[in-house]
Amino acid sequence: MWIYEKKLQYPVRVSKCDPRMAKFLIEQYGGADGELSAALRYLNQRYTIPDKVVGLLNDIGTEEFAHLEMIATMVYKLTKDATPEQLEEAGLGAHYANHDKALFYNNAAGVPWTAAYIAAKGDPIADLYEDIAAEEKARATYQWLIDMTDDPDLQDSLKFLREREIVHSLRFREAVEILKEEQGRKKFF
Amino acid sequence: MTTANRPVDEQFYQLLRRLQELDFVLVELNLYLDTHPHDAQAIEQYNQTAQQRWEVAQEFESRYGPLMNFGHSYSDYPWQWKEAPWPWQV
Amino acid sequence: MYSQVRVYYPYVSPFDPCPPIRVKTYQVNPQLFMQFQPENMRQFTPAEALIHGTLWPDLYSSYSGRGDQEGLEGAYDNRKPSR
Repeated sequence: MWIYEKKLQYPVRVSKCDPRMAKFLIEQYGGADGELSAALRYLNQRYTIPDKVVGLLNDIGTEEFAHLEMIATMVYKLTKDATPEQLEEAGLGAHYANHDKALFYNNAAGVPWTAAYIAAKGDPIADLYEDIAAEEKARATYQWLIDMTDDPDLQDSLKFLREREIVHSLRFREAVEILKEEQGRKKFF
Repeated sequence: MTTANRPVDEQFYQLLRRLQELDFVLVELNLYLDTHPHDAQAIEQYNQTAQQRWEVAQEFESRYGPLMNFGHSYSDYPWQWKEAPWPWQV
Repeated sequence: MYSQVRVYYPYVSPFDPCPPIRVKTYQVNPQLFMQFQPENMRQFTPAEALIHGTLWPDLYSSYSGRGDQEGLEGAYDNRKPSR
């Protein structure tokens, strides 16, 4: 059961009026390596993963919806006051023609979201390695988005999201270790 | 156009930030504990932070209305949950 | 302690049509170097944690842009502060 909390996980600020960025940020909304993919992937996998790691998949999946909301907030702030002309200049003419300012689950190229972006093999090692890869891909995508903007406030939020992917990647690696069932934990430092 | 029952002032952003900070620590500890279930010290930190968080949330809600729905927060009259600002508007 | 940036040098052909990018970088982040997060790692304050995106400084990775440009090797040395 999901209860919604009426606040963002991180205070998203956008200080530069640059609707052009909205087109690119959408990649993490409805794209293959985006937050929707992540949330649905983990929440779906959790039904058939060993009990020891269900909690982790449940919790990271839930956090990804909070990240989805952050991306939506960025896009919303960048587009809500734009004129149709400004949106067309920003490369969002086709989007406006269909959706006005409404957000939609597609990637930066306009390709709609599909369940083909996620996998659920039923094999916990396969599933967890997919999850690790997904986190690394998302991290890389945030790097490219950070490269594309000079708005320091927008960068703050993107850097936060990028760091979350690094931490999630670590947790999924730990889940693999847990499932390998080796005696005791390997301490590294 | 009406906004929240109580106006959003500078204190709103400060209190919201404080709440976001504590909630973030709780998310981090929660994920950590999902893979480190025997770290007793982390569990203690989690519980203490949860207590701190509850106090900040109480203060936030008393000023600015409910954070949660479906009975996880209370409401004044008239029904507060539907009032702006919503998180993406703040 | 260690740099989180690795550098490599793509092959440049004399027949390349465009000015070559000679130095490329990629990130190797803290999670690659631990199988399991150790207990009792030092923590940020809640305020610092939110800003950095993690509770633990040793898991933090800064990113300041790609900088695939000549002469910038070593410029993205993200050394962690000494303990």
